[in-house]
Amino acid sequence: MPEWFLWFTRFENSKIVALLLFFVAFCGILIYVYTGKARGQRLESYKYMPFDDEDSDAGRDGEVEEDERRKS
Amino acid sequence: MAHAATGSSEQYNYDIIRKFTLMALVWGLLGMSVGVYIASELAWPFLNLDIPQITFGRLRPVHTTLVIFGFGGSALFATSYYVVQRTCQTRLYSDMLATFTFWGWQLAVGLGALSYMLGHTQSREYAEFEWPIDLLIAVVWVAYFWVYVQTLKRRSQPHIYVANWFYMAFILATAILHIFNNLAVPVDLFSMKSYSLFSGVQDAMTQWWYGHNAVGFFLTAAFLGMMYYFVPKQAGRPVYSYRLSIVHFWALSFLYMWVGAHHLHWTALPDWTSTLAATFSIMLLLPSWGGMINGIMTLSGAWEKLRTDPIMLFLITALSFYGMSTFEGPMMSLKSVNALSHYTDWTIGHVHSGALGWVAMVSFGSFYHLIPRLYDTRLYSTRLVYVHFWLATIGILLYITSMWVAGIFQGLMLRSFDEFGSLAYTFVETVAFLHKPYVVRALGGAFFVSGVVVMAYNALMTLRKARVEAAELEAKLAAKMARA
Repeated sequence: MPEWFLWFTRFENSKIVALLLFFVAFCGILIYVYTGKARGQRLESYKYMPFDDEDSDAGRDGEVEEDERRKS
Repeated sequence: MAHAATGSSEQYNYDIIRKFTLMALVWGLLGMSVGVYIASELAWPFLNLDIPQITFGRLRPVHTTLVIFGFGGSALFATSYYVVQRTCQTRLYSDMLATFTFWGWQLAVGLGALSYMLGHTQSREYAEFEWPIDLLIAVVWVAYFWVYVQTLKRRSQPHIYVANWFYMAFILATAILHIFNNLAVPVDLFSMKSYSLFSGVQDAMTQWWYGHNAVGFFLTAAFLGMMYYFVPKQAGRPVYSYRLSIVHFWALSFLYMWVGAHHLHWTALPDWTSTLAATFSIMLLLPSWGGMINGIMTLSGAWEKLRTDPIMLFLITALSFYGMSTFEGPMMSLKSVNALSHYTDWTIGHVHSGALGWVAMVSFGSFYHLIPRLYDTRLYSTRLVYVHFWLATIGILLYITSMWVAGIFQGLMLRSFDEFGSLAYTFVETVAFLHKPYVVRALGGAFFVSGVVVMAYNALMTLRKARVEAAELEAKLAAKMARA
């Protein structure tokens, strides 16, 4: 096994590496979610999905505000 | 209306959802009644009646199993099957496999409860099932996973709605937790007894890794899935921020896995492990409150719905209790607070503010939304929903305040010293002090159960109403046909 790989197997090193990996992944998710106007609009448009299937619910659920729908 | 219902039943498998909903109510009523009985046993020990099968030690896992897996589990099967079909706009994959998950799950819960009363338990909290029942649960769970994934694959929508992410995380995490925590070697093939693969502190660590993640993924993530669908639907407004729900999902899923060791503070567990767990518990406050705010803010601009819609009251109160218990949990995970709170009734109060306030209330709200739609009718009585809401809320408040008093005083009494450095109170004195809070707790439980009785009656009458309406419609159609 190469020497550099053994460095990762030591607990005091692997903990820090894991922390860095997870932290970077989390920052990546935040950046992905909150940057890019078009992406933001696309992601927010998914919140209307529960209302796409209104067949037998018509008249029973409150109406989703039309202006909000248009905004998306 | 009837036409729409026929269309829905053909398009979607509602039959399986009706079955799970019904059984959730049955197990809920049974499990919570057992809870009130064992709470009364603690207040008035003569209620043990010297019958081994109904002593506190045997009935306690019956209570937790019936409410968590019977009521909570069936509620999650019902709502997840509903949400996945409605948001993917496709029928559930394989009616047969879905029916298998229903019978398998009910059998496991029933056998579990019966076996505990007969004295069979592997003594792991919330995982007391002996190995044959564990195997049955594993098979049912794989079938559930398969049905869910295949339904998602058949979706007619390009995106998978976030509620399904939470349900999927719950299904996957529960599978991992159940399998690893129950790794055991049976004494022999025809014996219920088995020995855990782990021993000593590793065994305790595995158990609490399971225990807290059962709370995290079974009782939190999955019910958040329920929240992300039913709160917007009942409010008639989309969730406050979809992007926040994405961050909520990933942060919650990542952080929960690390916090189990906070159940083992001040034990043989290495100190760094319990510090790590406490640190992650504090960090967990952020996604928890992010999710709570996302749910509550869905009502932003339409707060008046709380005055007119009792179902909305259930859902928003549930989110408020979720916020409260996810603040209390990290606080109790701090080592200094835990030194006082652990091994006292404060823990029991905390668990119930989450279990009754969050899990049960969000399930009740979702069921009140769901039941009329499953039977294509309207609720029998909205007034009874209000009655249920107030019975439940008063019950929870009595329960948690009495347990705060019990736990904090118990903790203080157990660690107070006199001027000679001896313990100021004997253990029996702490037990005598607990009598009054225990009576109030039993009363709170009784309030909560009476609310469930009201709900069961309302549901039953709704079902009856649906049948009468369907029969009337059929008679009208038959008369029309005869005239033609």
